Amino acid sequence: MDKIIKNFNKLSYGPAPEDSEEVYEWIKNLNKPNKIFINNKFVKSSGTKKLDIINPSNKKILGKLSVSSKKDVDNAVRAAKNAFPKWSKLTGFERSKYLYALARMIQKNSRFISVLETIDNGKPIRETRDIDVPLVARHFYYHAGWSSKDTSSNNKPIGVIGQIIPWNFPLLMLAWKIAPAIATGNTVVLKPAEYTSLTALYFAELCQRANLPEGVINIITGDGSTGEHITSHKEIKKIAFTGSTEVGKKIIKNNSDPNTKLTMELGGKSPFIVFEDADLDSAVEGVVDAIWFNQGQVCCAGSRLLVQESIEKKFINKLKKRMEKLRVGNPLDKSIDIGAIVAPVQLQKINSLVKKAEREGNKLWQPSWSCPTNGLFYPPSLFTNVTPASFIAQVEIFGPVLTCLSFRTPSEAVTIANNTPYGLAASIWSENINLTLDIAPKIKAGVIWINSTNLFDAACGFGGYKESGFGREGGSEGIRAYTKYELPVLNKARIKTNKSIYKNKHIDKTPKLYIGGKQKRPDSGYSFPIFDIKNKFICDVPNANRKDVRDTVEISSKAKDKQISSFNRSQILFYLAENLQDKENNFVELLSSLTGLQKNETKKEFDISKERIFYYASMADKFEGSIHNPPMRGLTLAVKEPIGLIASILNDQFPLLSLITVLSANFSVGNASIIIPGEKTSLIASEMYQLLDTSDVPSGYVNFLTTKQNSLNKILSEHENIDGIWLFSQSDIDRRKIIKNTISNLKRYWCPNSKNIDWYNNEEIFLNEFLYQSTQIKNIWIPYGE
Amino acid sequence: MSNKIFFDLDTSWINNVKINLSAVERRTSTLVKRRTVKKEFQVAWLLKAITLIDLTTLSGDDTFGKVERLCQKALNPIDNMILQNLNLNTNDVKVGAICVYHHLIKDCKKIIDKKLPIAAVSTGFPAGLSSFSTRKKEITDSIKDGADEIDIVINRGFVLQNNWKKLYDEVRSFKKTAGKTKIKAILGVGDLETLRNVAKASLVCMMAGADFIKTSTGKESTNANLNNSLVMLRMIRDFYNFTGKKIGFKPAGGISTSKSVLEFLILVAEELGFEWVNPKLLRIGASSLLIDIERQLYHFTSGRYANKEKLAIS
Repeated sequence: MDKIIKNFNKLSYGPAPEDSEEVYEWIKNLNKPNKIFINNKFVKSSGTKKLDIINPSNKKILGKLSVSSKKDVDNAVRAAKNAFPKWSKLTGFERSKYLYALARMIQKNSRFISVLETIDNGKPIRETRDIDVPLVARHFYYHAGWSSKDTSSNNKPIGVIGQIIPWNFPLLMLAWKIAPAIATGNTVVLKPAEYTSLTALYFAELCQRANLPEGVINIITGDGSTGEHITSHKEIKKIAFTGSTEVGKKIIKNNSDPNTKLTMELGGKSPFIVFEDADLDSAVEGVVDAIWFNQGQVCCAGSRLLVQESIEKKFINKLKKRMEKLRVGNPLDKSIDIGAIVAPVQLQKINSLVKKAEREGNKLWQPSWSCPTNGLFYPPSLFTNVTPASFIAQVEIFGPVLTCLSFRTPSEAVTIANNTPYGLAASIWSENINLTLDIAPKIKAGVIWINSTNLFDAACGFGGYKESGFGREGGSEGIRAYTKYELPVLNKARIKTNKSIYKNKHIDKTPKLYIGGKQKRPDSGYSFPIFDIKNKFICDVPNANRKDVRDTVEISSKAKDKQISSFNRSQILFYLAENLQDKENNFVELLSSLTGLQKNETKKEFDISKERIFYYASMADKFEGSIHNPPMRGLTLAVKEPIGLIASILNDQFPLLSLITVLSANFSVGNASIIIPGEKTSLIASEMYQLLDTSDVPSGYVNFLTTKQNSLNKILSEHENIDGIWLFSQSDIDRRKIIKNTISNLKRYWCPNSKNIDWYNNEEIFLNEFLYQSTQIKNIWIPYGE
Repeated sequence: MSNKIFFDLDTSWINNVKINLSAVERRTSTLVKRRTVKKEFQVAWLLKAITLIDLTTLSGDDTFGKVERLCQKALNPIDNMILQNLNLNTNDVKVGAICVYHHLIKDCKKIIDKKLPIAAVSTGFPAGLSSFSTRKKEITDSIKDGADEIDIVINRGFVLQNNWKKLYDEVRSFKKTAGKTKIKAILGVGDLETLRNVAKASLVCMMAGADFIKTSTGKESTNANLNNSLVMLRMIRDFYNFTGKKIGFKPAGGISTSKSVLEFLILVAEELGFEWVNPKLLRIGASSLLIDIERQLYHFTSGRYANKEKLAIS
């Protein structure tokens, strides 16, 4: 009772531990090592390697983790494969009942799960209880809805999905992966992170209780070696990975099958931009939620604070005062803001990065109090004296470390914000809605939070631009990532009986490259000959080389910064179709000579080409975004943005129609294009560029480089200033090479197997696939209220 | 700490106040889940809360009898049995003040003597729209009758019209009239509607010499809540950082449970620091809160949930 008097005279918080007895009992009863979950049964892993499971808040060993072997992975994949036919054919309603059951069970056991997650991961109980676990339940509810809603026959389930998730939100990432996958009829093999597998094992128990059909969900524990067995498995049709950019690139590089779908949710160094007219006190709280949420171990953590110079000093003072109030310690304590770092190696990494930054002259500030030493704790840290050139402003620390930079004007804020290879998220603070909505589209990131940060919901898409990965999780865009659309295939081959040969004009033709709206001679000074179907020489076309690529990218990446309105793009395309019709004879004749196709066939290709331009002309202002519906007073806009500069490598099939489709789809959404026509049909492109000039296509938006087959694939796919690459090829080897090369800057790629694509197909789903491939979705969260 | 009473009206500061409602709501809704106090710590916090209460009766039917009960409860806020179990003496815990209408000040004084401060609501409470000279005279009269603190109401119309000069002049002259007696400026947050208005009115009152800013009269539909309190606390903090003067805060109306008062205390401790959690800088305007706290203390000492009837009413 004397304690009361003492506390009364000097108030303090005192301990407020969450009860954990029941959870420790569960942990105690776990097999050592744990069993893995295949076919709804817990079975022994055949792997011999074992790892310790550690409670990061006191470094005590909780158990032993089985590292699943190749054999285990094979068994799990086989189980999933066997389950797929039946599961994928269940009605949506049948599937949604299982998702609903899981959602309910998560809610009913929410406190148990929260405590277990906190013990295993080290994050505060406040977060597991109020954020992680409610979002997990929400994700299953939301997708229970999708599964009964999505009856589209065109978007089919993919098959067995391999899923590899990180340790920062163990159960939440599991939910993000499993819920959309099984809702859409896929079956999964999931590997939780090696540091944090316990909630996944508990979830497996829930699957048993929910009576899920055998093999739909398989959960196998393990480390990177298990992950590699999954990513290299031939029967896995899609890999969904969340983790570091480094490992993500490795997965893409090692992926041997170009038909395997990939989604990558990778690292970030997200900007947190504070303008002088922001609610500064609220922005300070925003910073707390941005970088001291989950110990800063968040891929979208707002780790780069950008403050307008006029308020920098004031803001930093407020921030430091706020940091003094943060409480680090036992994550099971209900009054703790920052828990433990997940593993010793992570703590060492944070330590060494901070020391390095200090050595480089960046100024470190930490609160006056000291962290407990019994666990893996690190204090909230702030670096000032940082410039964009400082390494600490570039590297992802994945810890509670904030770096502060300043800017003077809105445009400078944008430049600094985008000065990173990453593009996951951004937070923009200003009470001027004009300013925030002007900045939002200019930041290259998949998620933008206006006057808020780290908001998540199952109804909204999450995922990155640039080297933060591709694919989206959540919302309708997330559903797309778990279904497949197969390009339409020709029923029968087009008949080649053309006997007419190309009539040479008396004066020699000199086709050129088309770069930046100008006809250019190739840098190399070399050309290659084009023959008609009878092998008669028609003319030479220029052979573009890497320097032509370099020049084209320079010009066109500048050109695309000059935005043209959707209406303008639409008019230009309509006009292109108009101008094309005058050249009917030229193109039909040329097509026939080059391909040997009958006139009526080439006439058909020509006619559909005109129609296609019209379609994409009309879609320029109709391929719209959407407004998501998260539980918030506000709007979440899912905006479809152009990818940037896309290089498309075509083949000799449907030379005119494929070129027109690719060109107008990309132009329609606002991309700039570099198009490489099929080698033998290069002349189609040469015939086209004059039409572009007369149709007022702004210079640099469309470029043609003629070249020998595959000779520019490497330079294009590796070029770090090209944002996307499409390859239409039947060769698995060529497609794989392209995909592998994209890791230089993680450019978006689309390399469908192009065998017998029916380019005539006029179905909306086929035509819109090109629009989806040429855009990426940015979710802009706009909470409002006065 | 600055001893200066009045500060010039700084309209550029006032006009540049930015409040983001969604972010404010996010802060308050998460804060109450980021901090909690348990067991003996909770007891200490609740005892502290008692010392912050302006035990209030502000009804049209207040009589000597009602006020007598109120004063007795104010002097002996906790049941003796509970006090003994907590090892406390009768004098250790008293409420912050008694808060009444003008005509009961003298009655209170008789009972309370100098053991507790007496606060009087004044200046045309609750609407604050009687004549300016009447309102000023009310202050003088109440002080003459023995009031130690004056809770004044501001003219909400001035805020809605953004007439900061008039608001400033009025509050300043009230303070001048009150002299050394502390004044608490009641903003009437429910009438101001937006948090931006709440913030601006807070600043004007502090510039004009208010010793405390108080949320509401208890008569409006919206009274103290965590959102408007957060905004007022942040203005107090900014004002302190700029002038060096610590202004007090008084949330009033609707705080009737232990759980709720702890949330307010945590809010103040987190935004302004523990030095603000004392009767000189923090008061809670409440009437039924005390009995709920007493029940919690009873539960702590006995392990049983209390029947209300066992505890004395005010």
